[in-house]
Amino acid sequence: MDGRELVERLRRVVGDRWLLLDEHDLRTYESDGLLQYQQVPRLAVLPGTADEVRECVAACAQADVPWVARGAGSGLSGGALPVKDGVLIVLSRLTRILEVDLDNGRVCVEPGVTNAAVSTAVAPDFFYPPDPSSQIVCTIGGNVAENSGGAHCFKYGFTTNYVTGLEVVLPDGELVTIGGKELDTPGYDLLGAFVGSEGTLGVATKIWLRVVPVPEATRTLVAFFDSTRQAGEAVSAIVQAGIVPGAIEMMDATTIKATEAMAHAGYPVGRGAALLVELDGAEAECDAQFTEVTRICADQGSDDVRVSRDEAERALFWKTRKAAFPAMGRISPNYFVQDGVVPRTTLPDVLVRIDELAAEYGLTVANVFHAGDGNLHPLVCFDAAVEGQAARAEELAGRILDVCLEAGGSITGEHGVGVDKRKHMAKMFAEDDLAAFQRLRCAFDPDGRANPGKVMPTPRLCGEVPGVYRQHPLEAAGLAERF
Amino acid sequence: MTTISPGSDEEAAAALKELQGATVRPSGNGSRAEWGGKDSDKAVTVHTGGLNRIVAHNPGDFTAIVQAGVPLADLQRHLAREGQWLALDPPDRGGTVGGLVATADSGPARHRYGGVRDLVIGITVVLSDGSVARSGGTVIKNVAGYDLGKLFAGSYGTLGLVTQVALRLHPLPAGTATLVASTADPAALSRAVLAMSRHPLEAMSLDVSWREDAGRLLVRFGGVTAAERAGHAAKLLQDVDTDVVLDDESIWAAQRAAQRGAAVVKVSALPTDLSAVIAAAGDATVISRAALGVSWLSFPPGDNLAERVEAARKALEPRKTAVLDGARLVDAPWPVADPGTLALMRRVKARFDPTGTFRPGTYVGGI
Repeated sequence: MDGRELVERLRRVVGDRWLLLDEHDLRTYESDGLLQYQQVPRLAVLPGTADEVRECVAACAQADVPWVARGAGSGLSGGALPVKDGVLIVLSRLTRILEVDLDNGRVCVEPGVTNAAVSTAVAPDFFYPPDPSSQIVCTIGGNVAENSGGAHCFKYGFTTNYVTGLEVVLPDGELVTIGGKELDTPGYDLLGAFVGSEGTLGVATKIWLRVVPVPEATRTLVAFFDSTRQAGEAVSAIVQAGIVPGAIEMMDATTIKATEAMAHAGYPVGRGAALLVELDGAEAECDAQFTEVTRICADQGSDDVRVSRDEAERALFWKTRKAAFPAMGRISPNYFVQDGVVPRTTLPDVLVRIDELAAEYGLTVANVFHAGDGNLHPLVCFDAAVEGQAARAEELAGRILDVCLEAGGSITGEHGVGVDKRKHMAKMFAEDDLAAFQRLRCAFDPDGRANPGKVMPTPRLCGEVPGVYRQHPLEAAGLAERF
Repeated sequence: MTTISPGSDEEAAAALKELQGATVRPSGNGSRAEWGGKDSDKAVTVHTGGLNRIVAHNPGDFTAIVQAGVPLADLQRHLAREGQWLALDPPDRGGTVGGLVATADSGPARHRYGGVRDLVIGITVVLSDGSVARSGGTVIKNVAGYDLGKLFAGSYGTLGLVTQVALRLHPLPAGTATLVASTADPAALSRAVLAMSRHPLEAMSLDVSWREDAGRLLVRFGGVTAAERAGHAAKLLQDVDTDVVLDDESIWAAQRAAQRGAAVVKVSALPTDLSAVIAAAGDATVISRAALGVSWLSFPPGDNLAERVEAARKALEPRKTAVLDGARLVDAPWPVADPGTLALMRRVKARFDPTGTFRPGTYVGGI
């Protein structure tokens, strides 16, 4: 199949309206949420059904053309960056909620359904816990690809803990079901392998999710401290006390200043750190623990603990926290969002190290983090108009990841590797580790057509399966299917 | 049958290079040795007894790094000194952490804390070519690279030898209390389960047991207000007799123990299938993680055991069932897998273990 044939075949699958060939139209899709990478695809298709997705993938397989799946394009690692000469498969039309079964705590959705829409579909008694900050726009398909987290994942877990089944189009165009509506389908946990694979193993067209009852009570406070070290020690003391908050979020002085300018929550500009702690659960337990948390914050040196009095105030606390990224625009023309993880107990020392590096580079680094699980989001501020500053900022962002790795952490907690962090993968993983990853990749996508150039540090080919797969005598005897 | 017992990843890797061409069966303490298909008589056993170190316990981070051969009970004792535990409580017959990961076994705590897949944050495996591969890390939040920990959890030693895992830990609850609801009516029991699972109870465990025409719903609460919450939950139930038990450990020990038997069938179903599962059980005791829809039918010994097992499995179709204890009694301990999914599983097996070294023919679909 040559290029023209592929275009005609895709046109037959999705129809004229949903096939984009024009450079102007395609520019919409040249970046995802990480704008420093741009690539216009050769063409884009917007299939309307799972079957159309399968046919698009099958057409790409026959034409031997690489493809990239894209949801809302809100990812922050360039995971949905198109491939030059490749096809972009945009899933934003697959927005049906296929089943809501609250007796069994399950929802079945198409990949283009937004994260927030899942909770809406099961409200008011149930909700879907993973809550990335982009939840209003980001899609469940993208969440599955990235194993998205969010502020509440310290207590509630990540996307991978909520997906029970997937219908997946493999890169050869085959449609397979992995997992299911039920838990514990015997066999390899392909679901666990697929969720978080960043679109490199196939594309999910149907997703079964677990939803859980809305907690009986929620209590939220913000405590202000003189330093991030003090606030960090408060976090450790809370967790050591056996309390598992729904969320513990920290902001440093720079972030407090920037967010206050935007959200006007009355936060004391000039304080060293703000800690947002949210407890949720059974009312009695929640109240008992909340008293304990308030006491711990005071013990650790906070003289300013504000407890939200109503839902409006709680929303304001969260608005302030979630404004951290956009608010940074008020204090810096440009910034890179970093996403590293450290063991929580190393947090105070890591923050000192980041400050030292920022001074060395002469740049400002603002820090916001999911403190419960040690997931840092340093915002490296720079001015692109100043020659060389963007490059220095990028280098600094990389050095921060080195600090995370030295502390025993990870190069990414929730944004994914994508294209942006490929170069750091070999610092975290040895060659044998990467080779094992490649084995998985090759099992799903031996021709390397699904989202090529992502995750792995260097392009790799699969080749034939080395060695000979030896059949068990029973298998050879035709009894294998019974085992 | 040959047995080797490596003392490190390097020794395990060297042994597997030596064993090229052989068939290998990883083994811990053999507490679940019967599960899965039967290995070849010629299989070399790689025993994890020499991999018996708790490499690290970081109480402040609620993580631990543990070699595969460490018995789970030893690990729990070690962690308890710091008021922590690995929130996995399968029936304990001396099994190792490696065996637990390989079989993805679980107990009542699964309800709240998830399974093996949800608590393994990093894994080290030795593959059949002797390469030593790691995935994940030692932090609880991490999306770098593929999650091989989940792939290997429940793979029954057919992809490679698990030598070490990094684990997420939880605080031991400050106190516990269990709501016990009793009824002889399966329909009333099912209604009680659904009533409980629709409320935000934040229970540690939510189990059902059914034996000899008597059913119990057990809901365990943890924390300083456990008893109070168990009392509140009791008020949400109708048509069942309720009681709150404070000294509840023996209830749960019995519940765990009943998950083993002369023959045990594990059922993957939905919470709303509970009545059907009970109806299909025959003379078996039913242990159900009721809000998860996962159940174990535990058959008493005696005549026609294999027939009783197969009759229950037949009655449960099309639900997937696997025979654990007593696997040797039946022709096929694993259920028939969907052909497309099975083809993909075969491809995974062929990439990770191209020489078919690890337990060939013993897994789902004859993998």
